[in-house]
Amino acid sequence: MSQQAEATSPPDTSASYDGLRLSHLTKTFPGFTAVNDLSLDVPRGSFFALLGPSGCGKTTTLRMVAGLETPTDGTIELAGQDITHAKPYRRPVNTVFQNYALFPHLDIFENVAFGLRRRKAGDVERQVEEMLALVELEGQARKKPAQLSGGQQQRVALARALINKPEVLLLDEPLGALDLKLRRGMQIELKRIQTEVGLTFVHVTHDQEEAMTMADTVAVMNKGVIEQMGSPTELYENPRSTFVANFLGKSNLIEGQVTNRASDFLTVDMQGITVSVPADRAHTDGDRGWVGIRPEKVLIGPEGAELDAPGNTIPGGVISDVSFVGVSTQYLVRMPWGQELEVFAQNTGRVEIFPEGTKVELSWRPEYAFLLDASQDALAGAQDDNV
Amino acid sequence: MNWIRRHLVLILGLLVLAYTFVPIAVVVLMSFNDPATRNVYRFDGFTLHNWTNMCEDPAMCDALWLSIRVGLLATLVATLLGTLAAFALVRYDFFGRSSSNLLIFLPMAAPEIVLGSSLLTLFVQGGFAGQLGFWTIFIAHVMFCLSFVVVTVRSRLAGMDDTLEQAAADLYATPSQTFWRVTFPLVLPGILGAALLSFSLSFDDFIITNLNSGSETTFPMYVWGAARVGVPMQVNVVGTLMFVISVVIVVAVELNNRRRQKALAAT
Amino acid sequence: MADTTRRRGWVGYALFLPAAAWLLVFFVVPFYSLFATSLYDQSGSDFRGWEMTYEFGNYADAIEQYWQPLLRAILYAGIATLICLVLGYVLAYAIAFKSGRWKTLLLVLVIAPFFTSFLLRTLSWQLLLADDWYIVDFLQFLHILGPDDRLLNTPVAVITGLAYNFLPFMVLPLFASIDKIDHRLIEASGDLYANPVAAFFKVTWPLSLPGVVSGTLLTFIPAAGDYINAQLLGNTNTRVIGSVIEGQFTDANNSAIAASLSMSLMVIILVMVFLYIRRAGTEDLL
Repeated sequence: MSQQAEATSPPDTSASYDGLRLSHLTKTFPGFTAVNDLSLDVPRGSFFALLGPSGCGKTTTLRMVAGLETPTDGTIELAGQDITHAKPYRRPVNTVFQNYALFPHLDIFENVAFGLRRRKAGDVERQVEEMLALVELEGQARKKPAQLSGGQQQRVALARALINKPEVLLLDEPLGALDLKLRRGMQIELKRIQTEVGLTFVHVTHDQEEAMTMADTVAVMNKGVIEQMGSPTELYENPRSTFVANFLGKSNLIEGQVTNRASDFLTVDMQGITVSVPADRAHTDGDRGWVGIRPEKVLIGPEGAELDAPGNTIPGGVISDVSFVGVSTQYLVRMPWGQELEVFAQNTGRVEIFPEGTKVELSWRPEYAFLLDASQDALAGAQDDNV
Repeated sequence: MNWIRRHLVLILGLLVLAYTFVPIAVVVLMSFNDPATRNVYRFDGFTLHNWTNMCEDPAMCDALWLSIRVGLLATLVATLLGTLAAFALVRYDFFGRSSSNLLIFLPMAAPEIVLGSSLLTLFVQGGFAGQLGFWTIFIAHVMFCLSFVVVTVRSRLAGMDDTLEQAAADLYATPSQTFWRVTFPLVLPGILGAALLSFSLSFDDFIITNLNSGSETTFPMYVWGAARVGVPMQVNVVGTLMFVISVVIVVAVELNNRRRQKALAAT
Repeated sequence: MADTTRRRGWVGYALFLPAAAWLLVFFVVPFYSLFATSLYDQSGSDFRGWEMTYEFGNYADAIEQYWQPLLRAILYAGIATLICLVLGYVLAYAIAFKSGRWKTLLLVLVIAPFFTSFLLRTLSWQLLLADDWYIVDFLQFLHILGPDDRLLNTPVAVITGLAYNFLPFMVLPLFASIDKIDHRLIEASGDLYANPVAAFFKVTWPLSLPGVVSGTLLTFIPAAGDYINAQLLGNTNTRVIGSVIEGQFTDANNSAIAASLSMSLMVIILVMVFLYIRRAGTEDLL
């Protein structure tokens, strides 16, 4: 290496990233750490969801991006600019607050126009009219927030933020206060608006269905760190930790010993039964692990029936509970080693519904199974109705 | 320097607060004053004489005693009537309830000189001009304390969780038992607070009392009269005592609350 | 807080009656006797019971003679109220927004000084504003006051006393109003490009207006009738209507004039309050 080459500056790894980049972001409060060395990149123009249970640090992260909280350590860059310590009113970032935070003493028009007026933007009236049309609230301009319904208020909050065309729009559980039907409608609306407007949306929520429906990329957060990040499909079908496996949908996790690592498939001795897991779906290096399989991927049939030839077959189950949920039947099957596994069978009408007490055998295709680190808590991330 | 900028509002606020204590400091200071002359209100020398000879001017102690007697009696009556009225306004519905609210509020908003002078004309017109004294003072004090008692107890009562009383009834308590065992203990702090407030207002009142007292002299009237010729420093002893006693009561209550909250949190 | 269904029936009346009766007899009725007294022919005796002559001329006389103290009282009270508003707003804002867990303690500290006698506190100002004390010396040092000027026995002293004594009446309603403001609204305004000054004027101040209205009324009205400050801290030229009324009742035995002045003061205050409320809006005054 010549001296000349060494004298030039090292390759710029943090070359201007045109999206939102959080680097080693940390926030500690006296007594606990809310956000712990968090790094992530949000691509420009994407719909990004930050998903996690309450207390995981997602709202704190959002507030740091908005400027309402100062990071203890780390940086926030937006389109190449360091905004870590900038005041909120100097950032090209706007927030849709969880409780909407509409100004009660101003009418809808002035609420929506607020940001424009502070920045002395021109042509206020036209922009407000356009934005109200976008969120389908034309004609409500002169009403006060208290006169609108929850759903309408939510749309005003959205309009008020969007009109400023921020680099990043932050949404802090905006749909939490709406009833189910309204929420579904708004999910579709938000996605439509984001695609139409092309802005970067960062949506914080604890509702995994919501995150998976709306987002291009989801990051699952737990206790101040990101457990896994990727597309909804990726996260759901190939979770890398018990937390993600349990938080998104449901998973069966069964203890097993790795017996062979040689090839594309790992062989695992799972409670005396040999099953295989693809190597790229095995997320542990140790000898032991949790074999994971989603309930809807498990086939169930009476003893002896050959369910699915290439699949792993697990005999010896007894049905301990049957729940008819309309779309599917949810079985709890007690296995010989004591664990109860969940099986969701879609009610196609072609197979009968087995009553409690039936002796059954289960089967699944190895390509749907995954292997997780044995040291992780099998109950991590499980929602309340499981426990 | 930046620290000051960030905390500017707080600092200013605390300065204003400190400012409110300056005259009190003067009162306390002057209670130890050994005045050179009576006419000039100035600190000349330190002495404990005022504290040990509080009734050096017997007229002051007479006035003090009158103020205490009127205060206690007026507090008793005003707290009783006011508490009943507060219950009526919060728990019952009756014709004229909203105008009653107005009736309660008005005395608090009227200037004292108007309240006092109108009451005086009532007594005079009623033929009691020759009987101005303890009882007319008492009547006036109850009158202007009532509103404060009602407002204080009412806010305490309105903020009470009424499902507690429903729970008591569900658990076999008769209305009387519910009142004495559930409602009353919960409203009591408000009632006591109202009583304390009422006594302070009564003890401290000058303008209304002055017009309706006839030949009697309450403590504030004594100070006023003495102010023209020079107050004895013992009045500052009384002032300091009033301040200290009130602060002690309020701090004790607050500490008691905190102690109870800590005990609750520990369970 | 769930609104209990209120009970109907005579019990409500019975509970409210004693207090109502007391106020009716000793608050409402006196206004009638005040009015009646103001219409006396002063040349007659005023110890004669309910005798009313219709001397509306008393009002003309009273105002002609005493319009200066009347105006002075209103002027002093007005200025004092403004001062209280500034000081009180700063204090209320600091306690509501910036004090964290010390909030209750600070509130107690706001009221604490006012548990001492009103008169004694006012007397203290005699010392504080005395010619040879630090405040006057300091102001003379800064050449704000000339070497022969004084503070005591001037209108400045009177207004200072008023602004001091009525401060809690301003702070507490202001605090109640400011404390109710949702902090998230302030955050939202910051998110929408309002710097702290803009956030104050566009969000905090408008939302605190009910408290401002209550506070100014609760301060101005009693201050307009006060004469303790004027007499202890002022001089014969700072005489206010309150001491005139008192004097006319007690020393001069001129109850008709006194009563008409009292009525006039009340009417003026009511009119001012009415106009003020109409301009400022009445939401949530009580």
